[in-house]
Amino acid sequence: MTAERYVFPHKHLLGIEPLDARDITAILDQAQAFEAVCERADIKIVPALRKKLVVNLFFENSTRTRNSFEIAEKRLSAEIVNFDADTSSLAKGETLIDTALNLEAMHPDLIVMRHSAPGAHALLARHMKASIVNAGDGAHEHPTQALLDAYTLRQRFGRLEGLRVAVVGDIRHSRVVRSNLWLLTKMGARVTLVGPPTLLPDEIRATWPEVAISNALDPVLPEQDAVMILRIQFERGTGAYIPGQGEYIRHYQLNAGRLARCKPEVAVMHPGPINRGVEITSEVADGPNSLILRQVTNGVPVRMAVLYLLCHPHGEQVP
Amino acid sequence: MSLLVTDARLLDPAQQMDLRGSLLVVDGKVAALGPEVATHPAAAGAERVDARGALLCPGFIDLHVHFREPGQTHKECIETGSRAAVAGGFSSVCAMANTKPVNDSVAITEMMLSRAARTGLCRYFPLGAVTKGFAGEELADFGVLKAAGCVAFSDDGQPVVNAAIMRRALKYTAWLEVPIVAHEEDPDLSGKGYMNEGSVSARLGCLGIPAASEEVMVARDIVLAGYTGGHLHVAHVSTKGSLQMIREAKQRGIRVTCEVTPHHFALTDRELMRFDADFKMNPPLRSAADLEAILEALADGTVDAIATDHAPHTWDDKECELPLAAFGVIGLETAFPLALELLVNKGVLPLHRAVALFTSGPAGAFHLDAKGLGSLKPGNPADFVLVDLGGRIVVDRAFIQSRSFNTPFKGMDLPGKILGTWVEGRRVWG
Repeated sequence: MTAERYVFPHKHLLGIEPLDARDITAILDQAQAFEAVCERADIKIVPALRKKLVVNLFFENSTRTRNSFEIAEKRLSAEIVNFDADTSSLAKGETLIDTALNLEAMHPDLIVMRHSAPGAHALLARHMKASIVNAGDGAHEHPTQALLDAYTLRQRFGRLEGLRVAVVGDIRHSRVVRSNLWLLTKMGARVTLVGPPTLLPDEIRATWPEVAISNALDPVLPEQDAVMILRIQFERGTGAYIPGQGEYIRHYQLNAGRLARCKPEVAVMHPGPINRGVEITSEVADGPNSLILRQVTNGVPVRMAVLYLLCHPHGEQVP
Repeated sequence: MSLLVTDARLLDPAQQMDLRGSLLVVDGKVAALGPEVATHPAAAGAERVDARGALLCPGFIDLHVHFREPGQTHKECIETGSRAAVAGGFSSVCAMANTKPVNDSVAITEMMLSRAARTGLCRYFPLGAVTKGFAGEELADFGVLKAAGCVAFSDDGQPVVNAAIMRRALKYTAWLEVPIVAHEEDPDLSGKGYMNEGSVSARLGCLGIPAASEEVMVARDIVLAGYTGGHLHVAHVSTKGSLQMIREAKQRGIRVTCEVTPHHFALTDRELMRFDADFKMNPPLRSAADLEAILEALADGTVDAIATDHAPHTWDDKECELPLAAFGVIGLETAFPLALELLVNKGVLPLHRAVALFTSGPAGAFHLDAKGLGSLKPGNPADFVLVDLGGRIVVDRAFIQSRSFNTPFKGMDLPGKILGTWVEGRRVWG
């Protein structure tokens, strides 16, 4: 009996929600092949996306995600156009659809977009022939972040199934959380969400009933294999949901004292950028348990894998 | 001039009438109706319409439409809105005051009425603003506007935030026998929300409008209605909690009436999973539990009227990012078919109760029964509609008469074909 050859079945990567465990595994496995390329001593480039035109369409500021995508695209030998939302016709009141139709007229193969509106990518996908990669849509999804988190966890623990992962912070406003919830639950990890009541909506349970929810961090720490700390953004209105930074630090900051409550091999993760001394101390962020920079490194092969599978769903051999 | 409609199922909830017979119209008024009417002396020589067993009931009354004129006639105007109304079986509409400029003056009211008269389709009843310029600060000229033709007052589109202003509006209008129509929403609780706050918004990462945003204002205004003796009409009720409070207030004898929209009894917030702005309106589509409560309140009489909140918007207003898309959906042409399909055929209500929610119910809420509307009692204006209950409609662009096509029911196949609509004995549709 011969196993049927796997074909990546999605035209777009709008989120983790539409993927199944097989698709996720295929991306992570493909990323592993690309990691070898990225670790080469000499030329870290493959011609897999040669002659393909990729447009990076960032309507929201992003340094690391955008750089990570751009490096991934360069390593795949793609042609790249960066669409800068500040200098574009966006400032002249052009709608998202018109922006999309104008890009479409230049026949791009892939659009990597970040946008503040949940579902903006679904709208784009309705109007464009190109494959759309979601690099973050409001608080909805940030699928490549969840994929690189999963890649990092798999690299560290050799598996995702059965892993206990706590995600700590502003659950309400986090796209990273939603993508991770889809991914980790699909892959059989056991997730605990931790945060203050105003930032941790109970209604999450309706979609992810298997997920545990806790307002207190300390009691859940000892059983976790990994702790993902989210950036707490006092400057973006989140401040109105909680009394203040001191209060937040007291209950939720991951510091040496709290790390001591964890398993010795616990993985400390953060999607960045970190607020040192707020949600995490430098001692922990830079300490031996931290995988934070590993996550950044892994972002490149994971994004290469996504771009590659969207252009080559049959997974032709990487030259 | 006389007209005889024969072989109809005459259904008039206000007269508790449901029988096979004929309707005789003389000089625009109901002269007689019943099984023996064909032999009435005035029936001789009358123009005849054979209903072939179709449902004949009083013309529908919509307490809540936005016809966008003046100011946004690219979305709708009084003429196109009126055509949508009569196509949906509505012989009367009550039009909200949030035009541009808002209807807080006799000049605007008269302009609207003259446009409606020139259009000559349905009856058009303007609402006046509660506060001048919708600014929420000074009361509009209620008595003057009523004399000019306004039948109720509302800042709909936005709430009356200041409780003292609402108190005085209710107190002042109690004497004029006109309702204050409340768009119940606490702007701080709604924030920048654009869908129901609940499990779906939590799943999608969308900013939510909690049920509490509506309910705190319903609670406040019921207290104020009780205190002042004014008539509070709660527009587009969307939550279980609001309906409970309204039910209790009615039991306590407070003058409160309310309406629900077809989209709130037909759809839930799960529709937003596709981020389609055709499902974005305010108040938002709520949870399944709220929908259940709406069906219950329709069945037990807590709800006085089904009103469409017909809110036309262009394709561009809707086909954009969900947070930026305009709130609102059209509803005139689909309202009765949806009630037939989802309320009557599903056994929530008997047909006569559903018809009452389109006729005697709304007429009573806005005191239009005093003008003889909402019932076909002899002597009343002959506003009526003929419906083929077994006929089907498909909600496509050709079916929709509105200038806009922002309906969440695109492509649906529904029962209830409107065969004709008559206003004062004159056929205006079909």
